[in-house]
Amino acid sequence: MLEKLNEIEKESLASLAAIEDESALETWRVANIGRSSPVMSVFSQMGSLSKEERPLVGQRANQVKVALEKAFAEKQEAVKQAALARSLATEKLDVTLPGRPVRRGRLHPATQNLRRILDILAEMGFQVYTARDVESDEYNFQLLNIPPHHPAREMQDTFYIDTGETDESRKQVLRTHTSPGQIRAMREFSAANPHNPPPIRIALPGMVYRFEQITARSEVQFNQVEGLVVGENITFGDLKGTLSDFVRRMFGQNAKTRFRASYFPFTEPSAEMDVECFVCGGKGCGICKNSGWLEILGCGMVHPDVLQNGGYDPKRYTGFAFGMGPERQLLLRHKITDIRYFWGNDMRFLEQF
Amino acid sequence: MKLPISWLKDYVDISGLEVIDLARILTSAGLEIDDIRFAGLPLPSRDDHGFKVSGIAWDREKLVVAEIYEVNPHPNADRLTLCDLFDGKDRHIVLTGAPNLYPYKGIGKLEKPIKVAYAKEGSTIYDGHADGLVLTTLKRAKIRGVDSYSMVCSEKELGISEEHEGVIFLDDDAVAGTPLVDYMGDAVLEVSILPNHARNTNILGLAREVAALTGRELKKPNLDAGLMSALGGQPVTDLVKIEIANPELNPRFTLALIRDVKIQPSPYWVQRRLRLIGMRPISNIVDATNYTMFEIGEPLHAFDYDVLVGRDSISPRITVDATNYAMFEIGEPLHAFDYDVLVGRDSISPHITISTRTATPGEKLTTLDGVERTLTETNVLVCDSAGPLSIAGIMGGAESEVTDKTTNILLEAAAWNFINIRRTANQHSLPSEASYRFSRGVHPALAIDGLKRCLSWMAQWSGGTIAPGIVDNYPLPPKEPTIEIRESDIRRALGIEIPLEQVKGMLERLEFKCDIQPVDNSILDDSNTQISNIEYLAVNPPPIRLDIGTGIVGVADVMEEIARVYGYDNIPETRMADPLPPQRGNISLEREERVRDILASLGLQEIITHRMTAPEIENRLLPSNNESSNIRNSIIEYVKLANYITPEKRVMRRSVLASVLNVVEKNARIAETMQVFEVGSVYIPVGGDLPLEPRRLSIAMTGKRYESAWDSKLGVKFDFYDLKGLVEGLMDALHLSVTYAPAEHPSFHPGKCAAVLLGDKPLGVFGELHPLVAENYDFVSPVLAADFDLEAILPLMPAIGHPVRPVSEFPPVLEDIAIIVDENLPADRAEALIRQTGGKMLESVRLFDVFRSEQIGAGKKSLAYALVYRSYDGTLTDKDAAGIRTRIIKRLEMEIGAKLRS
Ligand SMILES: [Zn+2]
Repeated sequence: MLEKLNEIEKESLASLAAIEDESALETWRVANIGRSSPVMSVFSQMGSLSKEERPLVGQRANQVKVALEKAFAEKQEAVKQAALARSLATEKLDVTLPGRPVRRGRLHPATQNLRRILDILAEMGFQVYTARDVESDEYNFQLLNIPPHHPAREMQDTFYIDTGETDESRKQVLRTHTSPGQIRAMREFSAANPHNPPPIRIALPGMVYRFEQITARSEVQFNQVEGLVVGENITFGDLKGTLSDFVRRMFGQNAKTRFRASYFPFTEPSAEMDVECFVCGGKGCGICKNSGWLEILGCGMVHPDVLQNGGYDPKRYTGFAFGMGPERQLLLRHKITDIRYFWGNDMRFLEQF
Repeated sequence: MKLPISWLKDYVDISGLEVIDLARILTSAGLEIDDIRFAGLPLPSRDDHGFKVSGIAWDREKLVVAEIYEVNPHPNADRLTLCDLFDGKDRHIVLTGAPNLYPYKGIGKLEKPIKVAYAKEGSTIYDGHADGLVLTTLKRAKIRGVDSYSMVCSEKELGISEEHEGVIFLDDDAVAGTPLVDYMGDAVLEVSILPNHARNTNILGLAREVAALTGRELKKPNLDAGLMSALGGQPVTDLVKIEIANPELNPRFTLALIRDVKIQPSPYWVQRRLRLIGMRPISNIVDATNYTMFEIGEPLHAFDYDVLVGRDSISPRITVDATNYAMFEIGEPLHAFDYDVLVGRDSISPHITISTRTATPGEKLTTLDGVERTLTETNVLVCDSAGPLSIAGIMGGAESEVTDKTTNILLEAAAWNFINIRRTANQHSLPSEASYRFSRGVHPALAIDGLKRCLSWMAQWSGGTIAPGIVDNYPLPPKEPTIEIRESDIRRALGIEIPLEQVKGMLERLEFKCDIQPVDNSILDDSNTQISNIEYLAVNPPPIRLDIGTGIVGVADVMEEIARVYGYDNIPETRMADPLPPQRGNISLEREERVRDILASLGLQEIITHRMTAPEIENRLLPSNNESSNIRNSIIEYVKLANYITPEKRVMRRSVLASVLNVVEKNARIAETMQVFEVGSVYIPVGGDLPLEPRRLSIAMTGKRYESAWDSKLGVKFDFYDLKGLVEGLMDALHLSVTYAPAEHPSFHPGKCAAVLLGDKPLGVFGELHPLVAENYDFVSPVLAADFDLEAILPLMPAIGHPVRPVSEFPPVLEDIAIIVDENLPADRAEALIRQTGGKMLESVRLFDVFRSEQIGAGKKSLAYALVYRSYDGTLTDKDAAGIRTRIIKRLEMEIGAKLRS
């Protein structure tokens, strides 16, 4: 019996050594250490052995069983390691293949930039005031100090609405600027408290319209953002400080500004604010037309007539206003050469933002 | 407005300032310099000056004044001459083909040497024969057997103008050997003139700005200096009178007369300056009017006086009754007057009456550009007794134009209503240098200055004799405002402290009249006595400006002048000290932006389109086969543009969906998948009032549900349920508990269209486009679209926040049930019943299968739901779940005849 056990051990270990995969290993386990394996059957035959043999055989059978189990565990680990090594060696992806596409939604670049501007202004205390697109001549021009046939009307070619209206003030136009919102806001706020109207700090975003051919450089509609501040202690120095703060937020803390005298019918004094060209750093390049400066916004102290028209006494209140073109900023920042891309909505353009 | 530096120097000393410095100073004061063209003066040394610069600098050594002693024929070429010339040091024989030297060819030594611009060997100039501006350096060469190494130059070769017809003949004051750059080196600044800078449309005006901005003296020309020595003859006031019909349109009209002028070319320096400023020299008389206009800003008009006298003598001016009109009409007197007696009677009074009036509609005048113009009643005319002579302030008539034969000149200087001039110039498309100035407003005081200055130039350049006096009719002088400025006004507007004395100095440099005065004590009560010693500055604008208002507007206008002279850059930046205004926010915009964010987060691309369109473009939203577009046209009113750039953009849109579908069509072959949305206004006319501008949201999707990738070629395209999922996603994110109902809409497939409802309130409609609508477009795949009324949706969004359910910590019981129902039963009915019956314990219901088969039977379908039961209070047992399940199934059986599928 002991010899048989030795033989079992020898044969089992030999057959185990030849095994390389898990299924053969399982077969071996059933055959060699399973319930009906030779070594296990030795235990069941113990009863037929003599008293003297029994402890010896029992001890030996146990030794063989433990040895085989240990060998099995080792083999099992080895097979697992070998399988892992094989799979690591073979499961090699081309990591340069593209990933599966995920659809990304986007806001239109004009919306993105409009928001950026309004967010910065909001942090500076400017609240958004929105007004209508179709305006009366009175609000778009006359209340802003631009009477009929004023030279400034030629600065802004106007779309007129066909209403058959002959009364000049009631003629309708597509607003040429967001400035009529200044009057609407001032009138709304002052109406609530005519003798003591509240201070104002608003941003007026919106689409404006110009009667021009659509070319790479000119559009019939574009966004504008205006700011309006009215209060009892607002100065030209405040205008400069506020706009320079804005520009540093918008274009970086090193952005330099320059204020030049200019003309708008609804501000006096008026100014043009330039930002040092962020493409060439002021040295002169194609984007800044060699001037080193980019015209970013027009501004000025609110004209006394405009304050008056809004219900704010110009003897008590002063204010400043400014206006800028979000799409123009995008043209400059992204070196876009054709303004028609914005409302053209070619996906190949939009998907770049 | 072009500004030649040499001309500027007549009125202000700019020594120590480089051209670039000047450009910078003017630009910051509102006189933006667009570019600088050099014609002789050295170009700036550095290139980071920030201006667009072009042109040429003249080498001091190599380009000099020379004088030609003799012009000889070339031995081998008829068209060339050899000039014997002295350059201040040496004699040279210079070969030239200039036609204006031919007359001197072979006549021997010239009586008076011709002064020319001489380019020595090695000098760099423009090639006169090349197209455009090509630099060339003079090298020694043999031309037809004669040595050539230098040149006599034309204006083109020196970069002064395009002129290359002949060489320049300099004026007599040029001295041989003088570097050309010292004699006439120049640079021309292109200045943008703002609408309120009418005073600066002339060199003297710009010089005044330079003087004020740099603190230098303005050297104003002495207007009377050239007049006295040239006076003579009968005073003009005896000969001409002026009648003004409408002073509002013509506040002032003045005339002067100069006799015996000799029409000839102007001196070279005048021609050169005119060319530099962009005006073609014509003759001394015409040039004098133009030169004066550019010099001091008053446009002038020269009439041939003898033409006026001639017109007058055949005109029926002296007749007082109708019979003489008839005489001229039929050529036979009905009643004999002694005509000469009448003329004699008439000659006691002024011979010529110049009148200004508005045109009678249909009246005609041939302007000096040869075009016959038909006039309207708003056009103002300058007339004599025979009829119109010129369109006031814009262009003269051909008949009374100055010609080579003219000897006597009647010179007009006037003031016109700038609005009227602007309208007339636009109406006749007649922009001119005169109308450019008059349409911005020329102060009437300038008329006399203009006449005087022009007369003296004419006398100087033509040898004429000035008739004494000026005929002046000035019915409507402008108001002369006095503006009071206090130091506190400056502090209030600009935020800076400047003593009045300093302000006075600044404004006086711009020729304002300033006077520091004490505030009148009598208007102050006792409590204010401590400020009674405050002074104010009484300011009168100079008689060149119409842009300074009165009262508080005038204060603002003067404030701009103070700021400009002080320097915008010198005003310190401050942060607002005013209190923050009441914070109101903008709820509807915030909500609209929320909608945009949700849609972008759901994978949609935002688009923004033109808001102008055409009815036929929007009619594509309707099936192509019927007359619905005609019906739509008769129902839908548009906000129409009176002027439009193209018929496809002649109305304001009524549909955002139409805009969105245009974009889908445009991209159909560019993008295999598109999911886009636009938020924007539509425009609804409301009689004569301003239109309504309600906000709409439109969505469209088309193309492949899954984008093509290298390992999947799934060709499944978007269908109704893709869009519905998106709409559900949006409504869920907006926290709106909406329902969906089958809907009919002409744009959508009748079986694939749903309305989105909140209670009974419709929020929008969506579905697959009707095949006959899709046919109207060039689409590649079926298009799903949605159209929402944001005006309905935005107010429904929860203002504070939606309630959030707690999350249970107990395990769920999961169960699937499948029921067989009628095919026509809307699925949401079954789900609603399940939810209602399941109550609080039923955490979620998810439809996971819709199944039809023969086994189930025709007209039936199976709906399979995954149910999750869960309690907030404890672990549910299978028994608890079974109870709920039984109730659900009973309810489904009872209410919709459902059968449980085993
Ligand atoms: Zn640049």
